[in-house]
This record gives sequence, structure tokens and C-alpha cells, in this order.
Amino acid sequence: MKRIALTLLIGMAVVLPPPAFADRLPLPTNTPASYKVECGSCHLAFPPALLSANDWRRTISGLKDHFGTDAAVDGKNGQEIAAFLERYAGDAGKLGSAGEPPRLTQTARFIRKHREIPEKYWKDPRIKSAANCEACHRGAALGNYSEHDISIPELRR
Amino acid sequence: MRALPALCLLLASFTSHAETSQQIRQTYVAEATAQQAGFTPAGKRGEALFRQRFSNNDKMPACTSCHTDSPLNAGQHAITGKAIRPLAVVANAERFTDSAKVEKWFGRNCKEVVGRACTPAEKSDFVTYMSEVR
Repeated sequence: MKRIALTLLIGMAVVLPPPAFADRLPLPTNTPASYKVECGSCHLAFPPALLSANDWRRTISGLKDHFGTDAAVDGKNGQEIAAFLERYAGDAGKLGSAGEPPRLTQTARFIRKHREIPEKYWKDPRIKSAANCEACHRGAALGNYSEHDISIPELRR
Repeated sequence: MRALPALCLLLASFTSHAETSQQIRQTYVAEATAQQAGFTPAGKRGEALFRQRFSNNDKMPACTSCHTDSPLNAGQHAITGKAIRPLAVVANAERFTDSAKVEKWFGRNCKEVVGRACTPAEKSDFVTYMSEVR
């Protein structure tokens, strides 16, 4: 009986796809250096899956006034970054609308994932901006967004 | 002949990372001298520029808005909160070793904070201060 259960378990492990860990969002291994340098200097080089392809397109086309900053990227680098973001973009249906201009902190998915965070923390000087993933998710640069690994102890689960 | 310093900078950018802050400063000094005979860079003027408050951007009125009051300290982007490594060469050996990167950030930050492009003289002074400050 034990053996059957074990066989069944191993069989399932082989057949079923591994569970999708939504708190693991590492950058794709072929992420272009231009993305890390151009986009990752002022803020985290965000996982492309956090916005839909359409919202990335709108973000890229508006870089001249990117939340008040001229973040324009020229020529080859700009094309490379746009192609990369669109290729690895998230599913628009699952993310929900990101607003206008698109903000990855305004998608329905982001809001749902963070609904337990009390309002006051968003204004905490340690956090500054909801897009400052690393303020709480200390492993964000490596793609670790686990709720067990939060740098602000009161928010850890 | 006037384009020579710019050409040097361009050539240097192809061989990035092999530069020192002295070389990068020299390039700016050459450019400044071409505009103003007898120019000598001064760390004190560089420090004044670093601390000066401009009225162009209320979220980032000065270099210090993100880089803190001391270039020896790590900074934090005033809007996004992202950590910024120190500007001073003594605290961060990677500073001013890649002329393309230096030009890019003078370009962006001068426009955003000062509200115009910085002059070669200002860049010379700034790099001098960041190389000397202890």
C-alpha cells in the first residue's frame, strides 16, 4: 500500500507541472545588459512579467517624460529593451489594467497581492514609493518576492 | 582643433573601464581650457556646485537630494528610494572610471537638477572635488 502511494506520488511529480511560485520572479537569463543599466539605475530592473506587453509599449513610448524624468533611451538600446520587455511581458488578463500612465503598482494583481499592507507603510520613509520593491522584498534583485523574507519585521509573515 | 577634447572623450568611451578619474578630469579640463584660457579646476567650486540648491525641480533641488550631504555616504534616489553608491572616489573605486557613464549621468542629472547642461568647467570642478574629498 505504501509502495503504491509512493509510486503514485512519484508519478504525479513527473506528470504534473511544478507549481507556479508567484513570489519567484527572477529576470530571464538572457536579460540584455542595456535593460539593467538603462532601467535599473534609478529603480529596480523590474521583472517584465509585472506589466502587459501593451503597457510596456506605452511606457517605452513615453520615456521622454517618465514620471517627470527624461529617461529616453536611444537607438539600438531602446529597441533591444522594448523587444525584451514585450517578449517576457505578463498576461494582460491576469494583471488587469495598469492605469494611465501604466504603473506596475496599479495592476489588479499587484493591489491584490499587497492588500494586507496597511496604508501607513506606503508612506514610510523607508519605502518612499510602492515601486521600491527592495525596501521590503530584500531579495527582489534576485527575484525573491516571498512574503516570508520581508525586511520590515512588522510586515513579515 | 576645438573638437579634439570631445574626440578624446569619444575615443575613451570605446575603451571604457580602463580609465581613471584623473584621465576623465583631464579631458574636461582640456575642454574647459579651450573655452577659457588659463582655466584651473578647483575642488572647492566643485563642492559648492554639489551643495547648491536650484529651483528647477522641487523633488530634487540639489545633488544632495539623492547623494546626501556627504559624497562619502551611500545615497538614495529621492523619488524611487533606490540605493545609490557613494560619489567620492575614496568611498567607491568605480566612480569616474568610465567616461561614457560619467557623460551620461552629467547629462541627465544636470538637466534634471540644474535645469541645463553643465559646462566643462563645472564638470572639471565636480570631478576634482569627488576625487579629492576624504
